[in-house]
Amino acid sequence: MFLEINPLVLPDIGLVFWNTVAFIGLLVVLGKFAWKPMLKAISDREKGIEDSLAKADQMKADLSAMKNENEALLAKAREERATLIKEAKEASEKMVAEAKDKAKAEYERIVADAQVAITQQKNAALTEVKNQVGSLVVEVAEKVLRKELSNKAEQEKYIQQLADGVKLN
Amino acid sequence: MVLNRIKPLLAVSFGLIFLFNTMSSFAAEKTEAKQEGSFNVTETILEHIKDDHSWHLWGDKTISLPVILYTPQGLEVFSSAKLVDEHHEPVVYKGKFDYKLVAGKTKIVNAAGEVDAAASKKLWDFSITKNVASLFISVIILLLVILTAASAYKKTGITSAPKGLQSFMEPIVLFVRDEIALPNIGAKRYAKYMPFLLTIFFLILTNNFLGLIPLFPGGANVSGNIAFTMTLAVCVFVVVNLSSNKNYWEHIFWMPGMHWSMKLFLAPIELIGVFNKPISLMIRLFANITAGHILVLSLVCLIFIFKTVYAAAVAVPFVIFIFLIELLVAFLQAYIFTMLTAMYIGMASEEAHHDHHEHAANELAHH
Repeated sequence: MFLEINPLVLPDIGLVFWNTVAFIGLLVVLGKFAWKPMLKAISDREKGIEDSLAKADQMKADLSAMKNENEALLAKAREERATLIKEAKEASEKMVAEAKDKAKAEYERIVADAQVAITQQKNAALTEVKNQVGSLVVEVAEKVLRKELSNKAEQEKYIQQLADGVKLN
Repeated sequence: MVLNRIKPLLAVSFGLIFLFNTMSSFAAEKTEAKQEGSFNVTETILEHIKDDHSWHLWGDKTISLPVILYTPQGLEVFSSAKLVDEHHEPVVYKGKFDYKLVAGKTKIVNAAGEVDAAASKKLWDFSITKNVASLFISVIILLLVILTAASAYKKTGITSAPKGLQSFMEPIVLFVRDEIALPNIGAKRYAKYMPFLLTIFFLILTNNFLGLIPLFPGGANVSGNIAFTMTLAVCVFVVVNLSSNKNYWEHIFWMPGMHWSMKLFLAPIELIGVFNKPISLMIRLFANITAGHILVLSLVCLIFIFKTVYAAAVAVPFVIFIFLIELLVAFLQAYIFTMLTAMYIGMASEEAHHDHHEHAANELAHH
């Protein structure tokens, strides 16, 4: 037989036996005390790393969402501030304009009042002057007349004069 | 990948050609060489590759190993030193029978000192030989290294990065898991086979490396021994068949999607394949490792053939070159054995239909 010819390919029962014992022993001992805990630890660690990465990603996403929210809030605040300022400006402008208008109206009223008063006083003064001038004229006329009438010739002359003036028409 | 596969193939083919050439010339030259007392290359190389009852260290220093024999008259244990005299020549040891080493194997001899073939057939040799002792050393190394590495996970917990031995072991374990088990067996079932695959991988790897060390703890040719590879192949055969399902056997005996005549034709071929797979595992590992050892030894023998120390100038660089290839082969063969085992398990436990494409894609990715 071929196996008998070449000593290299002829398995020894001794080595087969001891190798079976050694292999099965090794498989049982290593399987229970080394491979199982080792593989479990490795897969646990891998799972841990995966979870941590996922958590980190989640956190990153949360953070960026928060940032976006903050930015939106900030923008909104800015906008609000702008409107507030604008409104305040408008209000103040309105107030100033109103005050101006009011002042103008008051001024016009005062001016008008003053004018009325001035006119009244002027009229009063004019009336008084007129009255005084009237009375003065009457006085003067009285005095003149008295003097004129004291002279008979003059009196007649004057009457004549008047009669000439009053032409019958 | 392709290049990596060619290298061991070259080594094997070269080694086998060398082996068969020398084997044929061995018988013719044997008597002549012995009478002249000159150097016999084949004998020297075979002596280094074969198993032995004692462990030769250097010069005339040897470690005697226990001989354990199961005879028709019961168990017998004695030291291998009793089988040789002070010149390391075999002598007869008288126990329950008369034992003598013939070509390195323990045989029962009769009173005249001739081998009693009929009685020797009933002799079961369970001796702790050089290979068995080397195997035990590798088992001790594996237990120490791997249990130490595994205990680190308990000590430091899973959150810290691996340190020391742990960081040496973990990438290899992950390699076996991610490159061997997962793609070939599939995510659903791979976990169950991981201890088996890891143990096979590390046992082969350790013995391959131990075999490359020329000095004491190494030096034995365990993974290049057919008994060692046969045992592992049988274990693989058992595991593959235990994990097989209906779909697997249907593909062997009644290939679906074929004409009935093709089915009849394919069935015996597929059935041969069932046995062929573990046998190919057995021969591949044995031949690769043995061929490597033969190559290294024959190159060293050049010095003794030319009987001049100057031959070393050629031989030693070549030996170093082959040694480097052997380092690659040591890892590669452990990988191939484990990967094919995983592939066979994957094929046997593959579920019907839906896995086919995935598997084909995996195989493509590997080549």
